[in-house]
Amino acid sequence: MTAARPPEAGLGRDERHAIIRDGIAVGLATGAYGISFGAISVAAGLTVSQTCVMSLLVFTGASQFALVGVIASGGTPFSGAVTALLLGTRNTLYGLRLAPLLQWRGWRRVVSAQLLMDESTAMSVNRSTSAAARVGFLSTGLAVFALWNLATLGGAVGGKALGDPRTYGLDAAVGGAFLALLWPRLSDRRNQLVAILAVALALSVVPVTAAGVPVLAAGLVAALIGAIARSPDPTEIPSRDQRDSGEHP
Amino acid sequence: MMWAAIILTGIGCYLLKLGGLSMPAAVLERPAVERIADRMPVALLSALVAVQVFASGSHLVLDARLAGLAAAVLALLLRAPFLVVVLVAALTAALIRLL
Repeated sequence: MTAARPPEAGLGRDERHAIIRDGIAVGLATGAYGISFGAISVAAGLTVSQTCVMSLLVFTGASQFALVGVIASGGTPFSGAVTALLLGTRNTLYGLRLAPLLQWRGWRRVVSAQLLMDESTAMSVNRSTSAAARVGFLSTGLAVFALWNLATLGGAVGGKALGDPRTYGLDAAVGGAFLALLWPRLSDRRNQLVAILAVALALSVVPVTAAGVPVLAAGLVAALIGAIARSPDPTEIPSRDQRDSGEHP
Repeated sequence: MMWAAIILTGIGCYLLKLGGLSMPAAVLERPAVERIADRMPVALLSALVAVQVFASGSHLVLDARLAGLAAAVLALLLRAPFLVVVLVAALTAALIRLL
């Protein structure tokens, strides 16, 4: 690793503004997810305050949807939490990829870690300098954080006013939300196979296990397949090209 | 119990984020770690879709939720944004129940 270039080097005013503008746009789009999360969460039986605290503390969409999804299907809060944590592991991977690029230490790393999720990673991982990556990460992360939490509150309050969630098909909305989160990954053939196996396994154990367990079983099988599979993996991690070419420190 | 689960998930998810930013990048070089990380979300989300749509307690049932999912697939094929997909799934199931 070479010495870090000065964080502000090579980032003009226009480029900075463009990155910030993109980050805010992503935040606005993602805020819309927050409305559906808030509504689905109160429909699953959580209170408005539980829903809002979850968005503040957990702040990673798929994990939050998973927690309330497991609750909605009758699972225990504990199995919901475990499912959410398993889904949260992908943020660890994001962190591994971003750490050499962001180069934050001490309190900056401790504070910025909460903003680490899909969108802030996507908007910073392909930048060529630390300065640009930091601006992308912070502008996207802060915009999404603000709008996600506001939208959660709006969705939760609105969802509560609606009454019986089944009347509005909110129980079906949960499946739609998970499918939309899954969809971009399904273009990969290997992922299609994993998905089919996971569905078959989860449904086959529904009659014989407590709610929440079928999803965990599918996750553990994915871990097992990943651990023992030997074939080369075509799906690429975003930062590898940059790392191999030594483009950034 | 619910509060405990929320706080546990919050602390756990934060530590997973901080851990990634603090670990040596060499951890990623382990192919098994990368494979598991790639497959895990696919398996969990697929299972969540299936359980959300087909499970009712410990029974498997076909009901309006399946129509909602089919509508969601259609919306995704038409490249609709996330919120539209969710709304279409909900409205379709609601309409089926009205009939």
